[in-house]
Amino acid sequence: MQRSLLRDLAYPAVAVFIAFLLGALLVVATGYSPAEIYGALWHGAFGSAENVAWSLQNATPLVFTGLAVALAFRAGLFNVGAEGQLILGAFAASQVGIRLKGTAFDTTLSILPLALLAAALAGGLWGAIPGWLKARLGVHEVINTIMMNFIAALLGSYFLTVPWIKEAGSVPQTPIVSANAVLPAARFINPYTRLNAGFLLALGCVFLVWFVLWRTWHGFELRIVGLNAGAATYAGANVGRTTIAVMFASGALAGLGGAEQVLGVHYHFIKDFWVGLGFTGIAVALVGENHPVGVLLGALLFGALQNGAAEIDMMTTFPRELIQVLQAIIIFLVASMGYVRKRSAA
Amino acid sequence: MLGITKHFGALVANRAVHLAVERGTVHALVGENGAGKSTLMNVLYGLYEPDEGEVRIGGQRVTRLSPARAVELGLGMVHQHFMLIPTFTVLENIVLGIEQSKGGLLDLDSPRAQLQEIIGTYDLKVNPDALAGELSVGMRQRVEILKVLMRGAGVLLLDEPTAVLTPQEVEELFKIVRLLKSQGKTIVFISHKLREVKAISDRLTVMRGGEVVGSHATAGVTEGDIAEMMVGRKVLLDVKKAEAKPGDVCLSIQDVTLVGGGSKLVLDHVDLEVRAGEIVGLAGVVGNGQTELVEVLAGFRAPSDGRVRLDGRDLLEMDVLERYRVGLAHIPEDRHKHGMVVDMDARDNTILGKQRDEPFSRSGVLDETAILLEARARIAQFDVRPPRPDVRAGDMSGGNQQKLVIAREVSREPRFLIAAMPTRGVDIGAIEFIHRHLIELRDSGVAILLVSAELSEVLSLSDRIAVMYEGRMMDVMAASEATEQRLGLLMAGIHDKAEAAH
Repeated sequence: MQRSLLRDLAYPAVAVFIAFLLGALLVVATGYSPAEIYGALWHGAFGSAENVAWSLQNATPLVFTGLAVALAFRAGLFNVGAEGQLILGAFAASQVGIRLKGTAFDTTLSILPLALLAAALAGGLWGAIPGWLKARLGVHEVINTIMMNFIAALLGSYFLTVPWIKEAGSVPQTPIVSANAVLPAARFINPYTRLNAGFLLALGCVFLVWFVLWRTWHGFELRIVGLNAGAATYAGANVGRTTIAVMFASGALAGLGGAEQVLGVHYHFIKDFWVGLGFTGIAVALVGENHPVGVLLGALLFGALQNGAAEIDMMTTFPRELIQVLQAIIIFLVASMGYVRKRSAA
Repeated sequence: MLGITKHFGALVANRAVHLAVERGTVHALVGENGAGKSTLMNVLYGLYEPDEGEVRIGGQRVTRLSPARAVELGLGMVHQHFMLIPTFTVLENIVLGIEQSKGGLLDLDSPRAQLQEIIGTYDLKVNPDALAGELSVGMRQRVEILKVLMRGAGVLLLDEPTAVLTPQEVEELFKIVRLLKSQGKTIVFISHKLREVKAISDRLTVMRGGEVVGSHATAGVTEGDIAEMMVGRKVLLDVKKAEAKPGDVCLSIQDVTLVGGGSKLVLDHVDLEVRAGEIVGLAGVVGNGQTELVEVLAGFRAPSDGRVRLDGRDLLEMDVLERYRVGLAHIPEDRHKHGMVVDMDARDNTILGKQRDEPFSRSGVLDETAILLEARARIAQFDVRPPRPDVRAGDMSGGNQQKLVIAREVSREPRFLIAAMPTRGVDIGAIEFIHRHLIELRDSGVAILLVSAELSEVLSLSDRIAVMYEGRMMDVMAASEATEQRLGLLMAGIHDKAEAAH
């Protein structure tokens, strides 16, 4: 499987290339110079150490949600609910970071692992519910994960109206988490950067997902469940149990993404920080061909584009929506290439 | 058809194929799977455009063939898989696609008269008002034949028409085919069953690897000759085996009952024993409970009642993997549905069901080297081609896929082997190989349950034969007492000749 990674990623690479070509046409057609616009985009994304840090910071939550979607996809499950799982994970992390602030546990040991664990557990359980519904009752996971996104978003907003949870501020928010629960930032790059140890955690998860999928029998069975449920039964894999376990693991990854946002970027749980993180994760998984390494590259691409957009806005008079056009073309091309490849293979 | 060549990418499916069918004859087109028969028929039927060559019908060159044009020219295709709408009547199914309207309403009266006439001419005995879904398989096939006759077909293409029929139904079909011939119809009969080809055809054309190997008058060749032409070498058609030396009861099935949808009994108090060192053949028309019985034995589903023991141990309390560990091996009837993962490579497929066992995994982690060695060993042992562990299973031929499945299951060193349709969709060369292996296993003391829709396979391999009908075990007999006639009646649910007379 790893052997074919390069070949698989060739398609998204071509898609990205074509997208930039079409984007250039758009730029020329509106009377701008592609060199200027793409120059700004490049500078924004990778022009300085600080900008690279920004890009990586943007990419970090997308690695988590992208992995969540990709892992489920390998088992034949379409987890559209990464956003909801991320919200629950973020909230759980914030509560550990706030409730245990100043306790002996906090001051002597570290509550950071505990906060991460709580986030994984909360996201995992939120994901396992649609997994269980699928395994036991055959309810399609797409429907349930979508609905649980709404529930999670409304729940997240509701929490911020509860007196003992919220704190006064310009936006609905919780108090700041304990300083000991914070994911350390890469201050050697820039004293103000929010690129944090969560990125390393994301890299660790990339490796972990790859290892589980291709180096353990759990992953072997997971992939068989995704490719051929009949063969999975034959091979002794319990399809229902695998479904629930995979949805738990998927949700846990998204939940860790939420923890990274709270403990490494915002330092508290604030309203609507989550918007788009889960859904972009789906695009990232798609562009990354549901391979952990592909997900990492996809997340870096989307994170960098997002950062480049800000630069285009600041340095040129061209609308930043160019980036959304590029993203849309990439997604469209990758999706249709997948379709064409499936057709020609059949 | 003159010099037909058809490429699919680099693959040449037909190379300079000539096929001449004389009017008013039965012409058999034989060859193994992948020999190019279907491609050729699809060219004739206008589904594929040939890269080279031409099609002539009645001496006229035909260009721009399409299915609609083929029908106009009097060609009619009877597919292997019937295409009937179960909730429509026979008449409605037949007029579908050639409906005529009278004042905006569907006109069924004039087609009905026409249909009655055709039914009468060919003695087809089909009730036009019966629901298609309630007809037997043989009857449904007649409806398909009626469909093409109603469209004025002079040439009928029958694609493996006997695959789903009981021996008696095959006889009935042959009667119809002879009658069609006597009325001046031309029939192209596609098959790989040598005996049937011998019995029904006037001429035959043999294809191998996309080319025509020879075209002969059927009377002038033996079954052995045909098989040799198909495979390209001498083939042993008869299975050579010594007398079985059955040991103790290895597998015992007692009173197994399975209630299906609508509280219908899919398995109706089934009893069966298989001894070590014997092959018990399970015969029956597809869909009479054999699949479900195998699923119960394999652990895919739990029966509503009954007991299954392997060497005295209760199998029903075990999950699939535990059953494998106590000596079960299972060649599933549908390798694409259960037996393999076509999107994985040969290597991964050789450890399907063994992925948790040492040496393939240790404390949860797969041992890549051990798996690769295993794949190489199995590939070498069964001469699987291409001999590459990294080839995608779906890219292998059916025969090689099946060899891989069987190699994997045999290497479990089982006590009891379920061989469900072990040679389905497999070419003659591989069939010979697989049969020889099953006999070897038997001789080494393995208990084998052979489930097959091919009666000749059941007859030639089994030591005892059991027949199932509508979930019931009709009878179990020594293979020496079984005849095709007797099995055929049991497969139709009839116990003896007296009953058959009704």
